[in-house]
Order: sequence, then structure tokens, then C-alpha cells
Amino acid sequence: MTSDNQASELENVEAVPGSPKQDPILKIDNIVRSFGGLRAVDVDHLEVQRGIITAFIGPNGAGKTTLFNLITGFDKPDSGKWTFHQLSNKESWTTNLSGLRPHQIANKGMVRTFQLTKSLAKMTVIDNMLLGAAEQKGESLRNALLPSRWQKQEKQILKRAEDLLERFKLSHMRDEYAATLSGGQRKLLEMARALMSEPKLILLDEPMAGVNPVLVESLLVHIENLRDEGVSVLFIEHDMDAIMGISDWIVVLAEGQVIAEGTPSDVSKNPAVIDAYLGSEIAEELKDV
Amino acid sequence: MMLMNLFAEIDVSKLFGLALRTSISVQAATFALAAVGLNLHYGYTGLLNFGVVAFMAAGAYGMAIFFTQGWLGGSILLAIASGVVFAVVIALSIGLPSLRLRADYLALTTIAIAEVLRISFRSQRLLDLTGGPFGLPSIEDRNANVSFADVITVDWNPIKEGNYGAWFLEFDEKTLWVMIIGWSLVSLASLLIWGLMRSPWGRVIKAIREDEDAARALGKNVFSYKLQSLIIGGVIASFAGIVRAFDMGFVETQQFRPQTTFFIWTVLILGGAASIWGPIIGSMTFWFVIIFSEELLRQMVDSGWIPDAILQSNDIASVRMILMGIMLATLMIWRPQGLVGKKEEAQIDIR
Repeated sequence: MTSDNQASELENVEAVPGSPKQDPILKIDNIVRSFGGLRAVDVDHLEVQRGIITAFIGPNGAGKTTLFNLITGFDKPDSGKWTFHQLSNKESWTTNLSGLRPHQIANKGMVRTFQLTKSLAKMTVIDNMLLGAAEQKGESLRNALLPSRWQKQEKQILKRAEDLLERFKLSHMRDEYAATLSGGQRKLLEMARALMSEPKLILLDEPMAGVNPVLVESLLVHIENLRDEGVSVLFIEHDMDAIMGISDWIVVLAEGQVIAEGTPSDVSKNPAVIDAYLGSEIAEELKDV
Repeated sequence: MMLMNLFAEIDVSKLFGLALRTSISVQAATFALAAVGLNLHYGYTGLLNFGVVAFMAAGAYGMAIFFTQGWLGGSILLAIASGVVFAVVIALSIGLPSLRLRADYLALTTIAIAEVLRISFRSQRLLDLTGGPFGLPSIEDRNANVSFADVITVDWNPIKEGNYGAWFLEFDEKTLWVMIIGWSLVSLASLLIWGLMRSPWGRVIKAIREDEDAARALGKNVFSYKLQSLIIGGVIASFAGIVRAFDMGFVETQQFRPQTTFFIWTVLILGGAASIWGPIIGSMTFWFVIIFSEELLRQMVDSGWIPDAILQSNDIASVRMILMGIMLATLMIWRPQGLVGKKEEAQIDIR
């Protein structure tokens, strides 16, 4: 699949909040989370298209990370339902994700990373990677003491881990403790580790934050490569400029609600978005210009 | 002149002999064994278990009650098994309610359960079962020199009656046999932990120590792993209690006071958490230093080198603990990973 195909899939999608997608991988309905009197997240309906890069943007405090936490099970919503739609060999099935615990959601094929990287500092880079693989036989206590039961699988996992490290240019750090990596390298490691489980949908929480500009370039390339390999990508960013180039679809959040969605060009022209980012007064001024 | 006098007064052979004897004693083996269990909890999984002694008490009392009550024919092996089962029950009753909560709640629960257990065993209501403050076996049995330890130390003892070894390292056949059992269990438990920690299971356990949420995000059932760790470490610690009961020949609540928990923590931190040899080196060093300093002070006081006005012989026991504390504090400053711990892995976060 190329990005042209995906663009055509998005052609007929209306650029309004909650618009239905042709082939959604994730559907969210009536999800609400309040902290005291503040409705941090209040989304009526949202669909995420399969096979493309979708970005959640919005000013600080818009509820992006809270929404991420809710759909990955790290926080519990007051109400709401969300479902995961999988596809293989023309067969499709729907999994209800609401109410599941974080590890159950990850095991369904929806894996996340964190804004503040959670690279496991006192483990080596390669151990971090190996940990990411799903359904490891040796991870059950029954088999742990019998290496013959897991060594073969371990070798396959090791191969994949090394390939991914190569791709993310971390091979030279293979046996170093993750604590020795730079901030940007940790972001790369966390992304590579999440890919070890071969997720269908990967959720990246501000992958570019705190990363030096040179590394941002390569991060963007990695994200595009993921999409081209068929992984759906959903990521959070609050810097609009950074994402315009790579996002296929943008969902704009403000004060917990979806205020706009659309292609980058749709969104950048949307007065509601300019308003949310710059405040209404400046938006008025811009109109005059 | 003063210094010359001191050296003349000190019995160096006795000083080192006694310290060495204790560092390979059953006592040291049981502390090492309990520290191996705690090492899985704290060193590898990051669980703050301040109730190690609860697992030891569960093992010792579970075994002693089963045996003295003569349940199911009073077989000693079944008695040991019931001590282990009791420890598993304790692990579940600590873990199920508190492992989903933050780490500090587990710490509180463990310390509470350990005290609840000790005080219950001591209560008059359970006199018939636990012997209350008198412990097990009953006073009459103890006066007649009958104990649950007899099967192990006499009937099943392959070593001929007599004294073995020389110098201060001379042991009778009973002590020697329990020492062998104790240190064999230490080796076995260490081997088990080594095997587990090099497996993918151990990788998940270490990841949980580092960051639970990262492990969850990668699809690992953190709660289940923590419970498994609590049970395995608890069972290992229960064997420490059982071996100790065989060594002493009786169980008493005095053996399971909270200070034992803190000694075992000292052993683990001293030797080095998250290392296979840490608990063993830690326990041997702990007992060596304790007995060495005690004996040195005693000889100095007895010879009059330390005047009575400064230290009297009945204060020595508390002074040696002060020395131990100073040593631990110094070690934390210069070598926070412990004697044999791996710096990158075991260093305690001072953030």
C-alpha cells in the first residue's frame, strides 16, 4: 500500500468532527472523563482510519494524553465504549476494548508509548527490545526453568530485535544499559520496543518532544515507514508545524472535545483550529490580514 | 605501650574462630535463605516486603503445629509441606489485596501481617495449637528432650555420632547435619533464582522493578507476575523458618520479632540486592562482623582495656548493633550496590 491509496480512501471522508471512515481500526463512542468539575475528555464519536498516520493535536491541556490513557486502559473513563476492528485475509472482527486492563489491550495489538519515555534504565538495550515481544513461552513460570522450551523462540525474537535496532540505528548500543542513551535515543528505543510485539495500531505520545532536530527528521521517516508497512499510527503532538508534513489525517482536540478533523490542509484553514491555538482575538486580526 | 598491652590481652585465635564459626552456622544459613527470598521480592521485582519474618513464622509454625498435633499420622515431610502451604496462604493474603496498590501499601501490609501473625501465635486463645508464649513443643516435651526436630536430626541423620572438625570449627553430628541441610537449601534456592532470572520470566520481573507501566504497555500482566514473585520468595523464606526450627528444636514467637526482618534486609543490602551471591556473602559477612565486634569488645572490657565507666560487658550486645549500623551506613555511601552487587543494576535510587 502506498500513501496515495490511503489518500484516496480519505477523499470521500467529510472533514467534520466524528466523521465516519471507510475502514476504521478504532471507534470511540461517548467517552467521558472528569477530574472534579473539569471534563478533561468528552468525545461523542471518533473513528481512526486503518493504515494511515493520524495525529491528535491540540493546545496544552486539551485532553490528548488523557484520551490516550483512557483508550489504552491506563485510566478509567466515567463512561464510554471503544472497539478495535481487525482485518486479516478478508475476515474482519471487532473487539470491545472498554473495561480491559492495559496489558489485555496491548495484547490485542494496540500498543502505546509514553510522553516521558519509559525506557527501562537498569536493563540493557537488547533486553528492553526482547521484553517487547508478545506471546513468549519463556515468560510463563511453567517454562521458565526449561530453556529447551523457549530457546528457539528466543533466537527468533533476538533476530527481530537486532534487525529493529539496526533500522533504528541503535545497534552500537545493543549491550549498554538504557540509562546511558540520550533522550532522543530513548524515544527511538521505546518505539522500536513497541514494534517488537508487531502491533496493528501504535499509539505514540509526543514522540518528537525533547528530541533534537536531526533526530526528529529520522523519527518522522520511521513513522512514515511504519505506515508503509501497514501499521496504523496514531500520535499526539502539540506542535502543529512538526506534523503537517507527515500526517494523513489530523484530529484537533480542545478542552476535551474534538473540534475539527480533516487532512492537514483542511485543518490549517479551519477557523476553529486557529481560534483554539491562538485565541479568538488574533484569529480576528488574521482575517483582516 | 597501651597498644602493646592490647595485643597481648587479645585472644586472636578465639576472635576469628568464633566469628568464622558463626558465619557458616545454621543461623547464617537461615538468614541467607530468607535473604534469597527477599532478594526475589525486593532485589529483582522491587516489592517492598517488610514482613519477611511472616513467611519464616508461617513455615516454622505451620510445620510445628502440623507435627505436634499429629495430623495425618504426623509425618515430618507432610508437616514441612504444610508449613510451605501456610507461607503460600500468607503470600496470597498479602498480595491479593495490596499488590494492585502502590508499593508503599504493600510495605505496610507486610509489616502488619507479620505482627498480626506473631501476636496471634502468642495469644492464649491459640494455646492448644501454638503453645502461646511457650511455643512448640510443649514444656513437658521440651523437658523430656522430645522435639519435632528429632526425626530430622536423629532418625534421618546419616552422620555418625561424634564431633567433627577442629579448633573453633568443631561441630557435633546434629549441628553439622542441619548446617548441611541449611546450606544445601541456600544453594538450591540460589540456583532456582539464577535459573528464573535468566529466563524471559526474569526479564519481565526486572522490567516490573524498573517501571510497571512500561511492562503493562507491552502486554505483561504485572499483577500476576508480582503475585508469583511474592509466592516463590515467600516459600523460600518459609524454608528459612523451618530450618531454624530444626536447629533450635523448638519454635517460639520471640524468634519472629520484626527485628529479624530488618536483619535480613541488612544482610541483603550488605551483600548486594539483585545479585545471586549477595544474600550468601551478605549473611556470612553480617554474622562475622557481629560476632567479631562482640568478641573483641568483650575481650577489651574483660582485660580492663576499656574501663567499666565507658562500657560494661552487658552493654556489648547493643554496641555491636550500633557498629553494624555504622558499617551499613558507610557501605551505603561508598558502595551502595553492596559487596557483590552490580553497580548499574542494584544501586538504590537516591532520587
